[in-house]
Amino acid sequence: MEFSELIRTGRAQAELLPGPEEPPLRGTLCVTGHHLLLSPGPPSTADLWLLLLRSVDSIEKRVAGDSGTITLRCKDLRVLQLDIEGVEATLDIARSIEALSSLESVITSFPFFYRPKGLRLGDAWHFHPPECYYKRVARETNAWRLSEVNQDFSLCPSYPRAVIVPRAVDDDALARSARFRQGGRFPVLCYHHAPSGTVLLRSSQPLTGPQKRRCAEDEDLLRAVLAGAHPGARGFIVDTRSAQAAKQARMTGGGTEAKAAYPGWKRLHRPLERGRALQESFVRLVEACGDPEQSMDRWLSRLEGCRWLAHVKEALSTACLAAQGMEREGACILVHGAEGRDSTLLVTSLAQLILDPLSRTITGFQELVEREWIQAGHPFQLRCAHSAFSHARPKHEAPTFLLFLDCVWQLGRQFPLSLEFGEGLLLALFEHAYASPFGTFLCNSEKERCLCEVRTRTHSLWSGLNHLKEQRKLRNPLYVLNPLAIWPSVEPQSLRLWQGLFLRWTRPPESSEVAWEKVWQIVTEREKTEGSQPTAST
Amino acid sequence: MEHIRTTKVEQVKLLDRFSTGNKSLTGTLYLTATHLLFIDSHQKETWILHHHIASVEKLALTTSGCPLVIQCKNFRIVHFIVPRERDCHDIYNSLLQLSKQAKYEDLYAFSYNPKQNDSERLQGWQLIDLAEEYKRMGVPNSHWQLSDANREYKICETYPRELYVPRIASKPIIVGSSKFRSKGRFPVLCYYHEEKEAAICRCSQPLSGFSARCLEDEHLLQAISKANPVNRYMYVVDTRPKLNAMANRAAGKGYENEDNYSNIRFQFVGIENIHVMRSSLQKLLEVNGTRGLSVNDFYSGLESSGWLRHIKAVMDAAIFLAKAIMVENASVLVHCSDGWDRTSQVCSLGSLLLDSYYRTIKGFMVLIEKDWISFGHKFSERCGHLDGDPKEVSPVFTQFLECVWHLTEQFPQAFEFNEAFLLQIHEHIHSCQFGNFLGNCQKEREDLKLKEKTYSLWPFLLDDQKKFLNPLYSSKSQRFTVLEPNTVSFNFKKLSSVKISNQMVSSPRNYYIQFIQNHLSSKLLCVLKNRLYYQ
Repeated sequence: MEFSELIRTGRAQAELLPGPEEPPLRGTLCVTGHHLLLSPGPPSTADLWLLLLRSVDSIEKRVAGDSGTITLRCKDLRVLQLDIEGVEATLDIARSIEALSSLESVITSFPFFYRPKGLRLGDAWHFHPPECYYKRVARETNAWRLSEVNQDFSLCPSYPRAVIVPRAVDDDALARSARFRQGGRFPVLCYHHAPSGTVLLRSSQPLTGPQKRRCAEDEDLLRAVLAGAHPGARGFIVDTRSAQAAKQARMTGGGTEAKAAYPGWKRLHRPLERGRALQESFVRLVEACGDPEQSMDRWLSRLEGCRWLAHVKEALSTACLAAQGMEREGACILVHGAEGRDSTLLVTSLAQLILDPLSRTITGFQELVEREWIQAGHPFQLRCAHSAFSHARPKHEAPTFLLFLDCVWQLGRQFPLSLEFGEGLLLALFEHAYASPFGTFLCNSEKERCLCEVRTRTHSLWSGLNHLKEQRKLRNPLYVLNPLAIWPSVEPQSLRLWQGLFLRWTRPPESSEVAWEKVWQIVTEREKTEGSQPTAST
Repeated sequence: MEHIRTTKVEQVKLLDRFSTGNKSLTGTLYLTATHLLFIDSHQKETWILHHHIASVEKLALTTSGCPLVIQCKNFRIVHFIVPRERDCHDIYNSLLQLSKQAKYEDLYAFSYNPKQNDSERLQGWQLIDLAEEYKRMGVPNSHWQLSDANREYKICETYPRELYVPRIASKPIIVGSSKFRSKGRFPVLCYYHEEKEAAICRCSQPLSGFSARCLEDEHLLQAISKANPVNRYMYVVDTRPKLNAMANRAAGKGYENEDNYSNIRFQFVGIENIHVMRSSLQKLLEVNGTRGLSVNDFYSGLESSGWLRHIKAVMDAAIFLAKAIMVENASVLVHCSDGWDRTSQVCSLGSLLLDSYYRTIKGFMVLIEKDWISFGHKFSERCGHLDGDPKEVSPVFTQFLECVWHLTEQFPQAFEFNEAFLLQIHEHIHSCQFGNFLGNCQKEREDLKLKEKTYSLWPFLLDDQKKFLNPLYSSKSQRFTVLEPNTVSFNFKKLSSVKISNQMVSSPRNYYIQFIQNHLSSKLLCVLKNRLYYQ
């Protein structure tokens, strides 16, 4: 397919209004296969302005007289306005943007063409392979092994090639357990909590169906988990659906673990919102944030009505429950919902942040996102196809990953010294998950990534971020290693709207950046004079 | 001491409100003449000043003892369990007596002795010099002069002795105008913007009823607008909701009729009265104090408390003032009913936006001393220092501090002081430990001989300055001369949370901190989003 077929007008004269506080930019507008360019005319010295077409969420055109206006609503929640000379040009450009921004093909997407200076292809992709995390687990315990049973993705298309499973369970048993779980997602280890010797596992729902089928190998697997932890260990199965919904799932072949079949395991239901309801909550919140004229009461009731903070609270408290089970009660935890690719990952990744100091460092957090979201098979391409502005009916879209980032932001706000990364990294991840020149968030699973050769033909976001000159924007100047678990308060009094994200484009960031820079100065000066880092107060 | 029956009770439990289980500390409770003191088994001390106690409640007897719940004016809530009901009853009764004093002389300030001699004490009182402050603003000058009309508190008992008025306003005009204003509080200068030659003036409502006029009052307003050589019209801002102001007309009070005054532009800004604010805070505290609320219940509680709406109204009014002076070069006259609550809020916040001096530690003290203390904000009644009419109690000053807190959040580099400074001041408006906030006006303070019998808070805060410094403060930054909230940042919540959470981690969470922290996200957002933008 040629992009040129989709481009109706190459160029036009236009004026861009980038935001309420920024000056307008005049110049020649140009649509290319992946970008919208605005090159300012000779009198201006401003740089070329560039927008990745993929990041356009919705487009609105208006014509009046002999000029037109295009409003672009981007996936990172920015709203841009383009005033274009000529009615035809406006309509053509709008159509071109519409067509190009919604291309579905992965291999023609921009990451496959993006070749930034200073980065080598294939770099840093192997920073976080499953073997890497397994090495850490193997240092702590002998009860687990790395299985390559999924080498060709035949057992489970959404799992990576290698997964960590109990040493006592062989690959044949895994294969049988996989057939008993939706999408083949049999229970695998995602975190070993060394201080208590317990583990965090995730899977999808068992396919018990209306006949309440059982699977001996699946039962053996979970029994082996308890045996490998410590004598007499108990386990909790955290089901992210309500008891009612879990029961109903039986009618469609799913279900839950029967109590009698899994001795030592107790089931807990913690319903988390997912899918369309979550997407709608996101849309309504963004709508509310975009209206500057509302009264205080109206704002508060819209904030309440969109229920976003309620979802944040539920996600955090379920993660706390899982973490508490491990740390305080010495129990193993298995988390699953239905498919085990959305809310399950939300809970397991947050629980690790709460418990594991390493995951709170910059590299540790990148590793966590890579392992618990990308390799664990969160369908990024489906979930992040559209952001909050799209008029299209949502099909598979859901801001699960954004909800995760928001929860991390809440953790960072409550424990300002304990995360090595700052808000900048979270914002970058949000942006790149929805539209990115890097290949990291492409596709829905490792299998698809292999087929598209994403790992060899695109650059990794991690190497992009780590080569960024402005490392300060990603880092938290106040970070001090905190070896303890960080237990967040989940009372609504303690939760706040993430203004840095939801109101990012409605106010100029300047003053906060200046102040942040000042914090950096103070911290570096103090380190120079004291020759050491300040100690943690926790 | 006659109220104290039991001075010491052992084996008392202090419940930890923040733990998930019902954890508690066991220790000994002491009752002194000024404080309630709890020392736990780790020798950690919890002091509660009797004056800080807002209410004491004895709950029904339980198996472990008799629960005693103390709510403090600084929003702290302490929950003791006393093993024997008799002891609990004694302490309960003593606290009831001790927390409500009938006479000023029984307040803590009259017995507090920080070991200073008389000259040190006097020096402390002289630290803030308002005459010096007016000089700093640039008055007296060719348009404004010091009036001696109220030197003996003859015209207005609740005003200070020294008042600045337009040079062309003669004494008969002032006297005439004061007779036409509620409580005699005629229009006087509150802040002078030297560069713009525009002024913020304040007064109380006119006694206009449905049709009454007063030529002297009209003259005085004209004199104020003439004192501004650049702009001939002036704004008259009535900070009340229009309905309230109209209701006042039936009682022979009311608001200025634009037809009778030349060159005024009249404006209502709709801040609610002290009774609405009191019940709003009550509701807010209820919502904030409830554990295990759902997010939705919390936000609908927050909304129905109306607290944020009120905060926004006060901010809006202050921004109106700053804009009138900066953009239109116009003078502004502000009043509410008596001109000591809403007027103080709006005038002081407006000045804070306009003048970077008030954003320093010393300058903020001056601002409070000038707009609140000297102009007769009724601290003793509003804070309930004495056992008086509960209907006079209202968190007007607390609201002012909260508005300032918002500005510090929005302009992290513009203020020399930090949140701890605001909290410390909030502690002391209720503590009655220093003389500054006792009494309801300057005359009353002089009658009480506070400068001889008590100490001033300000030198003690200045000595502790280090604790109150904002590390991000940048005094050189010229762009912060006037706070123009279009350079505002929405998202700079990180720093405040650093401070808050540090305190949360290191100490049992102070309830006020939590309280303040709670409703900010929403609050700021709206305040900012709607109105703080200059066009």
